[in-house]
Amino acid sequence: MVRSALFAAVVAAALGLASPLYAQSTVYIPAILELSGAGAVSGTNFRDGMLMAIDEVNAKGGILGRKIKTDLLDTQSDAGISRAQLQKVLDNSPYVVLGPVFSGSVLVDMLLTQQAEIPEIVGGEAAAITQKGDPYVFRTSFGQQFSMPKIANYIRDGIKAKTVAVLWVNNDFGKGGRDNFVKEMAARNIKVVADVSTESGQVDFAADVVKLKAANADAIFVYTNEEESARFLREAKKQGITAPLIGETTLLGQKVIELAQGAAEGVHGHVGLTVDAPIPAVKDFAERFKKRFNYLCDHNGIKGYTAVYIIKYVTEKIGKFDSKLFAETLHGLTITPKDEPGVLMEVSFDKNGDLDRESFLGEVVNGQQKIVAILPKLGK
Amino acid sequence: MIRPATIVLVAAAAIAVVAPFFLKPFGIYLISMWAVLTVAAIGLNLTIGYAGQVSLAQGAFVGIGAYTVALMTQAGWPYPLAFVAAGALCFAVGWILGYPALRVQHHYLAFVTLAFTSLVFLVLRNEEWLTGGTHGINGIARPVFFGWSTGKPLDFYFFSVGTLTVLSGAMWRMLRSPWGRAFVALRENPVRALSLGVDTRRYTLMAFAIGSSLGGLAGALYAPLVQFIEPGSFALGLSFNLLLMVIVGGSGYFFGPFVGALVAVLLPEWTRIAQGYYLLIYAALVMLMMAVCPSGLLGLAARAAKALARRQLPALRAEGAGR
Amino acid sequence: MTSFVQLLVSGLATGAIYALIAVGFTLVWKTSQTINFAQGEFVMLPAFFVLAAMDAGAPFWLAAAIGIALSVVILGLLFKVAIVDPMLKYGVLPLVISTIALSLFLKEGAKDFYSALGQPFPALVPATDIRVLGTVVSAQSLAVLAVALVTIAALHVLLNKTRLGRAMQATAQNPTLARILGIPVQRMILLTFLINGALVAIASILVSPIYLAKFTNGETLGMAAFIAAIIGGFNEVRGAIFGGIILGVLDNLSAAYISSQYRGAFPLLILVAVILVRPHGLLGRAEERTI
Repeated sequence: MVRSALFAAVVAAALGLASPLYAQSTVYIPAILELSGAGAVSGTNFRDGMLMAIDEVNAKGGILGRKIKTDLLDTQSDAGISRAQLQKVLDNSPYVVLGPVFSGSVLVDMLLTQQAEIPEIVGGEAAAITQKGDPYVFRTSFGQQFSMPKIANYIRDGIKAKTVAVLWVNNDFGKGGRDNFVKEMAARNIKVVADVSTESGQVDFAADVVKLKAANADAIFVYTNEEESARFLREAKKQGITAPLIGETTLLGQKVIELAQGAAEGVHGHVGLTVDAPIPAVKDFAERFKKRFNYLCDHNGIKGYTAVYIIKYVTEKIGKFDSKLFAETLHGLTITPKDEPGVLMEVSFDKNGDLDRESFLGEVVNGQQKIVAILPKLGK
Repeated sequence: MIRPATIVLVAAAAIAVVAPFFLKPFGIYLISMWAVLTVAAIGLNLTIGYAGQVSLAQGAFVGIGAYTVALMTQAGWPYPLAFVAAGALCFAVGWILGYPALRVQHHYLAFVTLAFTSLVFLVLRNEEWLTGGTHGINGIARPVFFGWSTGKPLDFYFFSVGTLTVLSGAMWRMLRSPWGRAFVALRENPVRALSLGVDTRRYTLMAFAIGSSLGGLAGALYAPLVQFIEPGSFALGLSFNLLLMVIVGGSGYFFGPFVGALVAVLLPEWTRIAQGYYLLIYAALVMLMMAVCPSGLLGLAARAAKALARRQLPALRAEGAGR
Repeated sequence: MTSFVQLLVSGLATGAIYALIAVGFTLVWKTSQTINFAQGEFVMLPAFFVLAAMDAGAPFWLAAAIGIALSVVILGLLFKVAIVDPMLKYGVLPLVISTIALSLFLKEGAKDFYSALGQPFPALVPATDIRVLGTVVSAQSLAVLAVALVTIAALHVLLNKTRLGRAMQATAQNPTLARILGIPVQRMILLTFLINGALVAIASILVSPIYLAKFTNGETLGMAAFIAAIIGGFNEVRGAIFGGIILGVLDNLSAAYISSQYRGAFPLLILVAVILVRPHGLLGRAEERTI
């Protein structure tokens, strides 16, 4: 009988019967992130940006006098696990939840946070996230339904292309982007002459470049993750692709430029969040990040950082820790860097949780990302 | 005299019934997941532990079962029908896969089943018109039986544990039957079984097919539990995880899968305290476990019980002699 | 036509890497019945040894030597002594589980202790491109092909033309008989593990400049190794080479001409076909059943 009692005790302890008590002097803001698996890079960047912001805020006394307490839960890049982890934190009554980054996990978690009426500030970019009528979800970067039209306009007006080829990574990030892109192309009467899917983590792009060359499009839209973009660019240069290569942050980032070792010359595209933006606040953030964590952060780091400051600003605005009021207030709100320097750039939220910000058109010149034009907020 | 094993069994059953009332929703979710994974592990245990065939396809069968239930219930079919369909479909697929595949030696079967799992993943991901593609299927409803909804965590837990009990009871009966004894003969010595006139191929194929259908039934429970499925959840990772459960619990032991699944579900939670290094610790612990008790935890328990019995024997003899 | 040749050439370069990894995998499997599910991670890891040595200040050539040495000791000697030997007596299955756990351990270890991001890795030759017969080959790919072929040739000579090599082959084919003949079987087995350790390190140094040193590299490379080894046949080193090259070329051709969404499926289908129709591989000899 002793054995089974012991067994029972062990099981109970493991299942978290003993729950931690959070003191009234802290506010609980946990993060559900991809810290391992396919999304490890995105999740760890988001986490580090977030941690830096939390330390800064806590050093200045926290939010309304309460220090931020956080927990980091790993989704292992699996939506089922992210749901389980979210359930775990919801059991402990968080104020606001941060993450995940992967759109698949976001879509699953949204159902739970909506039920619990807890705001969730996510890193996902899939259009569907803000199309479900969920009043508790908020983005930290453009949804694909906003970024793709900007790129499409650039292809139509800037490049003046009549035919386009698209290369995309076959996961929910790439597929969502490709679907939105193809829709925008159809709306502008530009023909998609090649539709090439690639695998996450793919190394050999010879076959894909051969297909693109054969298609002979006026422009090629590349929508895959950073490392794959670098490998693709090298193969494209090697086989002598002449058509302009257009992309997003994942094609134009400094990291991609470095990894591509010269093959990124002449690449251009639309950049929503970038550490290379010609904005002093952003550049300063990037340097502090690099000094602390020893690597150059990507756009996910900015997402994590600004998310924490958005929480701080709204909470101070409403003057208390009310999750429901937080969500109501954030809808339709505009936060400028003058109000809260931590948001780095002016940002507006609409009633669906989408955000509107300045963005940039960039080009890679001499191994550096050069901002060629600043695109104003859509709302202006 | 009541055997200690029976005491442990009864106590465990009592805990399984009583514990959830003391747990928060997350804890209940975890043990529901345990029940679901145990069903799949029981199926794999039949294939590996009893029929002696190494299969890495169980993850794919869980996936096929989950998608069957998700698609059918979302199209309006009643859940019990979808549940049975999942099991039947996986039985059929297992039979078709096993027919040519079981002709080859053990290690080759591992690779064939590995290839099968990867192929199933590709189909699930690419055929968007059928499966929803890489975005998966969201908002899967929890079943309702005669007015009793399994929507709440506690209700679903009892539904899944109930299903587990029924299925393991059926498995128990099957293994005690002449059929089941033939399975064990297969594992011990396939050549001798052959020489005794046992149609080894038939039995092995049956074991593989039944094991696969159990995987499908586990999938039928997984879909309404998580309420979201995507191709990535059913790839090689799950197959490896299930294999781990069977081996760590003790392959060939009836309760091996139960113990193995418990370890697999709880261990990541315990090591999560180490914040970020937990997968590393998980892997190291499994390797250590393999070095210390490769016949699994139940194998270790059996050895310990035997050693205990041997020590008690002289005392019993003395007792008997003293009368 | 040029695109076909381009694909062929690119496929050959990739295939040479697969061949290198598959050869080591086959050797270890033949001599000690160890199916090393961690072979892919074995190729991923030495690059990090080299990077760590370079971070400590060593020049590339020294870091590479250190990387190979560490790989031989850790992935060869330590692997055999600490993991394979204790488990082998319990049968194949616990060992398979252990190597699966080991692959997870190495992968997470690289991610946690070095970095989750892909790291640029110094190349043996500069990343220039060479035009040959209307196709473009990167100098790096050619270097990879050359080094791989030289290594495989050296291995072939070792195994077939030297006494030591023939002793190793004897151990692989029939350990009991080999022992009777006076061959130090245990030492031969240890030697195959050490050779595998060296082979994976060489493959790692060749591949990482192109792939970037990343903790996920092992996944695709490991799968490719298994498929190449089985297609070619477990009995012959030649088989692994043949399998690797076929795999590299077919992968490229199928991705270009058939379907890119199912590009991963073709190697798998070939694997299944080979196992079902000719399980000893295209070049291997049929194995006798031993009771």
